[in-house]
Amino acid sequence: MKVAQAAGQLKAERRLGQKSVYFPGRPAVLSTFTVAGPMEGQGPLGSAFDTIIPDTYYGERCWEKTESKMLKEAITHCIQEAGASERDIDFMLTGDLLSQCIGGSFAARELAIPHLGIYSACASFGEGLILAAMALEGGFASHAVVAVSSHHDSAERQFRFPTELGVQRPPTAQWTATLAAAVLLGYPTSPYARPGPRVRLTGATIGEVIDIGIKDPYDMGTAMAPAACDTLATHFKDFGISPSHYDAIITGDLGAVGREIAVDLLESKGLAVRNRFEDCALLLYDRRRQGVQAGGSGTACSAGVFCAYLYRMMLEGRWRRILLAPTGSLHSPTSYKQGEAIPAVCHAVAFEVETGD
Amino acid sequence: MSSKVTSDAKSRYARDAAKYRPPTPYLRNFLAAFFVGGAICAAGQILHAVFVAQGLDDGEAGARMAASVIALGALLTGLGVYDILGRFSGAGSAVPISGFANSIVAPAMEFAREGFVLGTAAQMFVIAGPVIVYGVIAAFISAAVRYFIVGIGG
Amino acid sequence: MEYLLAFLVGGSICALGQTLYDRTRLTMGHIMVIFVVAGAVLTAFGLYEPLIRIGGAGATVPVSNFGFVLTRGAISQLEQTGLFGLLNGLFSLAGGAVAAAIILGFLMALLFHPKG
Repeated sequence: MKVAQAAGQLKAERRLGQKSVYFPGRPAVLSTFTVAGPMEGQGPLGSAFDTIIPDTYYGERCWEKTESKMLKEAITHCIQEAGASERDIDFMLTGDLLSQCIGGSFAARELAIPHLGIYSACASFGEGLILAAMALEGGFASHAVVAVSSHHDSAERQFRFPTELGVQRPPTAQWTATLAAAVLLGYPTSPYARPGPRVRLTGATIGEVIDIGIKDPYDMGTAMAPAACDTLATHFKDFGISPSHYDAIITGDLGAVGREIAVDLLESKGLAVRNRFEDCALLLYDRRRQGVQAGGSGTACSAGVFCAYLYRMMLEGRWRRILLAPTGSLHSPTSYKQGEAIPAVCHAVAFEVETGD
Repeated sequence: MSSKVTSDAKSRYARDAAKYRPPTPYLRNFLAAFFVGGAICAAGQILHAVFVAQGLDDGEAGARMAASVIALGALLTGLGVYDILGRFSGAGSAVPISGFANSIVAPAMEFAREGFVLGTAAQMFVIAGPVIVYGVIAAFISAAVRYFIVGIGG
Repeated sequence: MEYLLAFLVGGSICALGQTLYDRTRLTMGHIMVIFVVAGAVLTAFGLYEPLIRIGGAGATVPVSNFGFVLTRGAISQLEQTGLFGLLNGLFSLAGGAVAAAIILGFLMALLFHPKG
């Protein structure tokens, strides 16, 4: 690896096209861990989560503390799973939905790991993976943890109404997932890398914030679909590939409504994505049985589905290459009351599985 | 305002996206609200009759009936039942006075973790506050209109 | 008969609220405000009393009745004590409901924990 000679290096060598980066060293996922809420545990992926908490409080007196505890446990167990200890981790990136991101910082106060807090709402997992992979590739870290959390009730009381208020949810509403998930990134040369197939990060596209004018916080899928479409279309262009390069293209939490819009928007640009398009919001719950309207959402929705399902599908050799594109609604309760529309973002990360050494 | 996406593109998108919206179950919601709301009111009528049978005059019986419906709404909120009812019946359980109680009790309980002063008490009227504010303003004007313009009746 | 009328009138008021909720982007808080204001305005023109005569609890249980009792209280004080009664009277009939909700809200917050 050639070290840049001058601070003012003009050409960023690992950039591709307009908004993309690629990772020649291909950082690998060394371990993952999920802590899921009771309702998520009863969903289609229930048996695939590492831990399922028995009730929404998990022994804490408020849901904010529960969320931090879930996040902390996801991080510590993820590190243990790899056989590493806290001191081996160069830093961790955390994201959550709570005001001032206390989910992450309150988990971090109990961990001896340098901490960077990030926010892209439900796209935070994508942002975290990209930043961690860039840090690894730049030689700034050899082991980094990316962890995110969300909690249905803590989000509900912050973004919407008190949980005991009798409100009817429209069919476009999405259900914030009670989940925490952590992944440990490093290189196959790491002492904590196990033999066998390995999922590696090959490149990413950093999304632009797009405000398409949708104001209804009960219709986030519609608000986010154009951002997802923009990032995905840019990704294929920047890498000079077609959607068929991937075995699956998985968005974060567009839900039933947003998913259809995004697929149609992409198909209308001549990108044949329909038969390989999935959405984490639809994979996490059984919509009919669990009454979640248009599907799931939440920072940990895409991360939890990645760890419990997508990652395993790759390890089992059923998918070779996937593109994970977490999507985020970047509004706040204040911006909503001030009549602002919902700006949205989507970050895409490409993964490829390699059969072991 | 964002200049990246023109307002033209925004209105076009709003129009196109509307086609993807799952249909709101208008009839189901209407019937659920009608039957649940109607049932709560009929229950109120029964309570009213019970109070009248105890020898209270109409006004006093009405006041006690209202207090009873409020108490019932508050209790069902405390027990964690009213939100389930509300999810089913929407306005059917929100418009009756028990829904007004729910809108006060729910934040009172919810924000108890932020303390009894800064949480429970400060947040108690986060939903019902506007109802009282606009109720008072409208009643102030209405009473004046009725008294000075329409003239007193009844 | 009076029970059926209470059911029909109350059910219709709630169904009207539901239609507003489904057809607009208003929250339930907005709808409650609209009903209270409507109750007060109808009272100004003497239209809420007939509704109560027909529907009984069907008209006194919905929040629109809160607008009625606020207005009714103000009017009766206005008649008795003059202009200042307009202020004093507002809560003379409606105060009980607000007091009950405050006391019960506090009590429930002491007794119960939200279940989510």
